[in-house]
Amino acid sequence: MNRKNIHNQIKYRIARNKASEVVITIYSFLITIPLIAIIFYVLKTGLSKLSWQFLTNIPQPVGELGGGIANALVGSILIVLLATIIAVPFGILCGVYLSENKNAKLSYWSRLAVDVLQGTPSIVIGIVIYFWVVKPRGGFSAFSGSIALALMMLPIVIRSTEETLKLLPDTLKEAGLALGLPYHKVILKVIIPCGVSGILSGVMLSIARIAGETAPLLFTAFGNPYLTTNVLKPMQTLPLLIFNYATSPYDEWHDLAWGASLILLIWVLAMNLITKLITRRWKVQL
Amino acid sequence: MESTIVSSRNFNAYFGTNHVVKNVSMDIPKNNIIAVMGPSGCGKTTYLRCINRMHELIPGASVQGEMLLHDEDLYSLNPILVRLKIGMVFQRPNPFPNLSIYDNVIAGYKLNGFKLSKKERDEIVEHSLQKAALWNEVKDTLHKKGTFLSGGQQQRLCIARAIAMEPEVLLMDEPTSALDPISTSSIEELMHELKKNYTLVIVTHNMQQAARVSDKTAFFFLGELVEYNDTREMFINPKDSRTQNYITGRFS
Ligand SMILES: Nc1ncnc2c1ncn2[C@@H]1O[C@H](COP(=O)(O)OP(=O)(O)O)[C@@H](O)[C@H]1O
Ligand SMILES: [Mg+2]
Repeated sequence: MNRKNIHNQIKYRIARNKASEVVITIYSFLITIPLIAIIFYVLKTGLSKLSWQFLTNIPQPVGELGGGIANALVGSILIVLLATIIAVPFGILCGVYLSENKNAKLSYWSRLAVDVLQGTPSIVIGIVIYFWVVKPRGGFSAFSGSIALALMMLPIVIRSTEETLKLLPDTLKEAGLALGLPYHKVILKVIIPCGVSGILSGVMLSIARIAGETAPLLFTAFGNPYLTTNVLKPMQTLPLLIFNYATSPYDEWHDLAWGASLILLIWVLAMNLITKLITRRWKVQL
Repeated sequence: MESTIVSSRNFNAYFGTNHVVKNVSMDIPKNNIIAVMGPSGCGKTTYLRCINRMHELIPGASVQGEMLLHDEDLYSLNPILVRLKIGMVFQRPNPFPNLSIYDNVIAGYKLNGFKLSKKERDEIVEHSLQKAALWNEVKDTLHKKGTFLSGGQQQRLCIARAIAMEPEVLLMDEPTSALDPISTSSIEELMHELKKNYTLVIVTHNMQQAARVSDKTAFFFLGELVEYNDTREMFINPKDSRTQNYITGRFS
């Protein structure tokens, strides 16, 4: 093969590189269009509905002004908070087990279970909770909604904990043990604190993920036109409010649905932002 | 006659069925520096990790025989107590990345939940860092994370962390193998200093280092303790042909 030949080949390669760069750039630009369009449209429609009143009032009957989404906002926060309280301890402990016992039989089966749970459609989780919790208790409740959402959070928390802790070197654990720390203290005071940014990121992302879930809440939390903080009673949430009001024939209710959509969007964006901050702030330099 | 602090009698260690330390009997005298030498994979690290009962933490690992600390069987004591009395410094510096320099030094107390007053803590930190020859370099940045230090400083921080617990014996597994020559010589100086209060067992690949710092040298080969003698004697007049070959560099 002569030199000229090689030169031509290299030229051809450079051209091909350039071409693929252009294609990639165009595609990445294209995917941002629908994203920006959605955000822009929700902002445009929702922003005009936002006011202090909107956040502090409950929906008004059709024809009356000044309705708000306080019941749904409080409900969403309460239900998600409760779901987080249920899911996080289980999730972190399970993730710790999986990273500590990589090859145990139980790890194999729980990983499989976590994968299946992650892939389970949320409506299926809803119906299971309906038959396991709602029916035996004899009524809809925010609490049952929290359980359904907690089940959806679990796989995310478990996997992010496991993946984070797996990256920590064994020498870290040995450093603790060699100082005479008992195993449980090594886990609690060395391993988990060193993985805290990854674990918290997983928790935040899972909160963002479930905030907009509607299907599992349809037959658990059910919805409620009034403000309540009793988690044993039916409760309104943002996604349920959007679903109910967007499909109603009234313009005032459509406005509420748009406003609530914006709030939900802000919630998700805020969670993603907090996740980024946490990762940056609490990242442990190994 | 020097008093013995640790001694093993017909000691064996296994990884599953892999017999890695074979019938080792050896007395470690107090306030001495013992160098453990031998080719890679001959069981030096494993033997060292048997002395503070870290070996048994590996799944499938087991030991057999006697390992005594002051004539008491180490393996009948609580492993946590053993590790408080016998500290360890690892091959790669491993400060706790989530803790400051200060907290790294008192990690053994802090993480264990042992209560100390602020004054006691300050004293332990200063004293330990001074002994580890790190105090002057870090005294103004005690509240920075330990992982911002250079490799050699991190290793001295790990030494400070180990001696903060005032162990009787300090085990060091190739403590300078990941370090540059300057850090290495400062850690070697440190070893001489530490000998006054502690007994040091040091695994090293580096014959010059063994010759420079140690009082006695143990030569391991394929899991056996081939020869154990005063360092000077061992280097001038090795008894076993395998030791001789190793020292003269006929294999490594
Ligand atoms: N974690 C482990 N699991 C199984 N076998 C091991 C492990 N660590 C070391 N070994 C085996 O034990 C033998 C001795 O290793 P080691 O004590 O680390 O040798 P050295 O420190 O002298 O280089 C080696 O043959 C190695 O294959
Ligand atoms: Mg080794």
